[in-house]
Amino acid sequence: MPDLGLEVLFKGTNMLRLLGGLGVALKISLIAVAISIPLGILLGSLMTWKNPVARAILRLYLETVRIMPQLVLLFLVYFGTTRWFGWNLSGELASIIVFVFWGAAEMSDLVRGALISIPRHQYESAEVLGLNKVQTYVFVIIPQTVRRLIPLSINLITRMIKTTSLILMIGVIEAMKVGQQIIEANRMSSPNAAFGIYLAVFFLYFIACWPISLLAGYLERRWKN
Amino acid sequence: MAETLLTINELVKQYGDKVILNGMNLEVHRGEVIVVVGPSGCGKSTLLRCINALEPIQGGEIRLGDEKIVYGSKNLSSIRQHIGMVFQSYDLFPHLTVIDNILLAPTKVQKRNKAEATEEAMQLLDRVGLRDKAKSYPRELSGGQKQRVAIVRALIMHPEILLFDEVTAALDPEMVREVLDVIVGLAQENKTMIIVTHEMSFAKAVADRVIFLDEGHIVEESSPDVFFEHPETERAQQFLNTFEFTPVKHPAQN
Ligand SMILES: Nc1ncnc2c1ncn2[C@@H]1O[C@H](COP(=O)(O)OP(=O)(O)OP(=O)(O)O)[C@@H](O)[C@H]1O
Ligand SMILES: [Mg+2]
Repeated sequence: MPDLGLEVLFKGTNMLRLLGGLGVALKISLIAVAISIPLGILLGSLMTWKNPVARAILRLYLETVRIMPQLVLLFLVYFGTTRWFGWNLSGELASIIVFVFWGAAEMSDLVRGALISIPRHQYESAEVLGLNKVQTYVFVIIPQTVRRLIPLSINLITRMIKTTSLILMIGVIEAMKVGQQIIEANRMSSPNAAFGIYLAVFFLYFIACWPISLLAGYLERRWKN
Repeated sequence: MAETLLTINELVKQYGDKVILNGMNLEVHRGEVIVVVGPSGCGKSTLLRCINALEPIQGGEIRLGDEKIVYGSKNLSSIRQHIGMVFQSYDLFPHLTVIDNILLAPTKVQKRNKAEATEEAMQLLDRVGLRDKAKSYPRELSGGQKQRVAIVRALIMHPEILLFDEVTAALDPEMVREVLDVIVGLAQENKTMIIVTHEMSFAKAVADRVIFLDEGHIVEESSPDVFFEHPETERAQQFLNTFEFTPVKHPAQN
């Protein structure tokens, strides 16, 4: 059996350190999710309004975020703010800012899509039965929107968790970075450690994201109309 | 003659510059069944939508009893409870079961007791042959079943008048009958109805009065016997001809 360098994993506190790295990644993505989902709902609802100015601005925002690789955004916020404003953001804060900027944009697009996918007849059928505006939204429109939205936004959450593997580039010590440190420290004693460690990182991300994906799939099947 | 329930007076409806209804008048009496026919695009759906204030109107007035129906007004919710409507497209709420679709308006709008409303809902479902579907979701029903549920959802509000807009037009032919039979039953109970349909033999069977709408006006208005057998106007004659086929294979046998 080839030497995968797995023994390095069990040396000292290496396993715990990797888990700690995953913890940092999860913390950043969860804070970002907690902020970007409500923000995205707000922006997405604004996008369905008639105001052309608000719509143009939101559109521009969304397209900008889409076009820019997340890594570029991270560098812009982390290094750019230091250069231009003399701020000294921590890597974690810069990551959260970028993830919110990105997550809110994606979320707003999902919300907009879910809202406009409700056919006009649904509003009219409710109105015709005598439901007022608020009742129409509470009992008819929002439940349908939420059903469409939850699986999609869960997928967005897993994408955000996965993308935290980029934030080592701005000095955040997350799972990938911890892995690199371990590999580096054991270069002499276990030259094959890279494979074992990255395999471990792979499993960590898998364990974090897989249940979330399963939940999304389950809800999607359950609420399929 | 019975009292007048719905009054349409000089109704004008435009979409932009396009005039759809141009000074239309109609009185519907309690217990009367009016069938509205006319070429595609003549404004039949628009007429029903105006009656329910789903569309703003540009002139004239519509009254239910003494109450004026005004687009966007505050008391619309209470007026709409007296007007039941079923559309051509299946418009059940997909996230609610059949029974919850039916109970939504009675419990939330009319604030009726849930147990009592449920009992009535089950009776109505029974009547349209769908008692065992109460707990199903709309996606589990056929088109004909969905339309029967939509009718029940309108009926449970105890509307004074029912509006049907081509409720069978999107159905497969073998399902048309089961839906029309329900409406025939309502006609036998003397429910007041305005029915838009292309099913001519059904129209003949249920109508007290047939209204032929074209170019923004009522062109002809008569009893079904007269309308279908001896239409007075050329245009009505032409319209009815579009439903007829002359045998071409065995002309002698006819
Ligand atoms: N929202 C709208 N905006 C602009 N024009 C409309 C709108 N809705 C309907 N129209 C037009 O108004 C006219 C009447 O439409 P309506 O749907 O009432 O016809 P209809 O008699 O019900 O036809 P059909 O038999 O095909 O259902 C049509 O020419 C249609 O194109
Ligand atoms: Mg129509």
